[in-house]
Amino acid sequence: MMKKHNKTPILRVENYSKYFELHEQTRIIPSSHNVNLEVYSGKLTALIGPTGSGKSTVLKGIYRTYLPSSGRLLFRTHDNKEIDLAQSDEHKILELRRNEISFVTQFLHALPRQATEDIVAQPLIQHGMEESEAINISREMLDAMNLPERLWGISPATFSGGEKQRVNLARGLVSRPRLLLLDEPTASLDPTTTERVVCLIENLKRSGVAMLAIFHHPELVERMADIVVQLQPLIETETILKETA
Amino acid sequence: MNKGMDKILDVKNLSKVYGPGCPSCFELTGPKFNTNICPRCGSVIAAHNVSFDLYKGEILGIMGESGSGKSTAVKCLYFDQEPSSGSALFSDEKKHYELFKMNSAQQRHLANHHFGMVYQNPHQGLNFDISAGGNIAERLLMSEVDNYAAIRARATELLSRTEVLAERMDELPKNFSGGMQQRVQISKALAINPPLLFLDEVTTGLDLSVQAAILDLILEIQQQQQTAMIVVTHDLGVIRLLASRTLVMKYGRVIESGLTDQILEDPQHAYTQRLVASAL
Repeated sequence: MMKKHNKTPILRVENYSKYFELHEQTRIIPSSHNVNLEVYSGKLTALIGPTGSGKSTVLKGIYRTYLPSSGRLLFRTHDNKEIDLAQSDEHKILELRRNEISFVTQFLHALPRQATEDIVAQPLIQHGMEESEAINISREMLDAMNLPERLWGISPATFSGGEKQRVNLARGLVSRPRLLLLDEPTASLDPTTTERVVCLIENLKRSGVAMLAIFHHPELVERMADIVVQLQPLIETETILKETA
Repeated sequence: MNKGMDKILDVKNLSKVYGPGCPSCFELTGPKFNTNICPRCGSVIAAHNVSFDLYKGEILGIMGESGSGKSTAVKCLYFDQEPSSGSALFSDEKKHYELFKMNSAQQRHLANHHFGMVYQNPHQGLNFDISAGGNIAERLLMSEVDNYAAIRARATELLSRTEVLAERMDELPKNFSGGMQQRVQISKALAINPPLLFLDEVTTGLDLSVQAAILDLILEIQQQQQTAMIVVTHDLGVIRLLASRTLVMKYGRVIESGLTDQILEDPQHAYTQRLVASAL
């Protein structure tokens, strides 16, 4: 048992596995296998491991973009109830996505034709914040991300990869979730912007946000992670399945 | 923050059979048999045991190919068709209505006051013999708004909201483009601020730019009005853009349901996997 954190974790992943069953190809593709980890408020847990070890699959399982194949994803809600995200009904997951869990991926998924500042303000407005106030906070966040002001009023469709990523981060960070899932949040950023993002993440951590993150650069893991979880490269489960069949 | 946590619709085991029906109807049809026509009696099983719920302000997508039964469910709920069996409980402002236990007068009254419907074909939703404004007025009159000035003002407001020029309010819908007809139809459906809106393939057949404008409008309505919606479509893009949860139908059955991002990124059923793969 890990005893160095004498708090209860906000998220406890127990024996999480995910495989994809492709009917057409009659194949089973294993992705994450038997993952165990804990995430605490105000701490950052980093997932490391080679490509294909199922790091992103862990995050997507927690966010329920993927349906977990087995294991438990125990999340402690704001009212201190422990629920298994793998078993929760869809309404509960949607509620948690609105109020407690944010996911920043490598790619920006936003409604087309929406101004950048509106995209970032959206989570706040969903929380019931006055629109003008939400836009103000959104602008502060975009500024903190070093995104030029001339871009705030237009849709990110034509932005560069790094600009899109900053919009994505701004939106994920603005609502101050209790649990933040980060999938290579700095992958396409220049050193200056990366430094700003690191700073913002540190601030969020200090304010008590729990984070589970995948970083492209090992030095970021070293700098920012409080807990490091190494995922093993997958044993060829596919082959095993064939052999035992 | 409990926004969006009131259930406004609870549909259980909704079924619709066209034809005489026999004991084998449900056993010998469905995705497993690759048909929705009963081999014994020839009945068409348009929907079988369709169940879902809907919360305030939520958009639910129903996806499937033509003939999958996706429109049937919505048509039963809007009382355009009578279901063969099943129940649907609608709740609004603490009042509950068992949709299929009401008589037809009660059903019409409920639909006029609480529901909105937008059809794929504007001819179904609009009266083409009266003006655009007249269509909206008709809807308002049915829900007992009968002051001429108030009706006129509301029609102007709705048409400008849906970006139909107010100057064209007194024109007949046949003078309008398809996209504009669709917007008039949406205005008409929204006239009474219904808490529940049904959208049946509303962007099918429209130009891409017009589709985009209609989809933006639908999202704007949802966000501003907290209108709950059921969106029936075969278009994965529409589902991705609008719906937070999605049902996938085939041969009258719901073969899969879940969060929309999960349905699109991690579909479980062979049919959904094929559908998603062919869209990319």
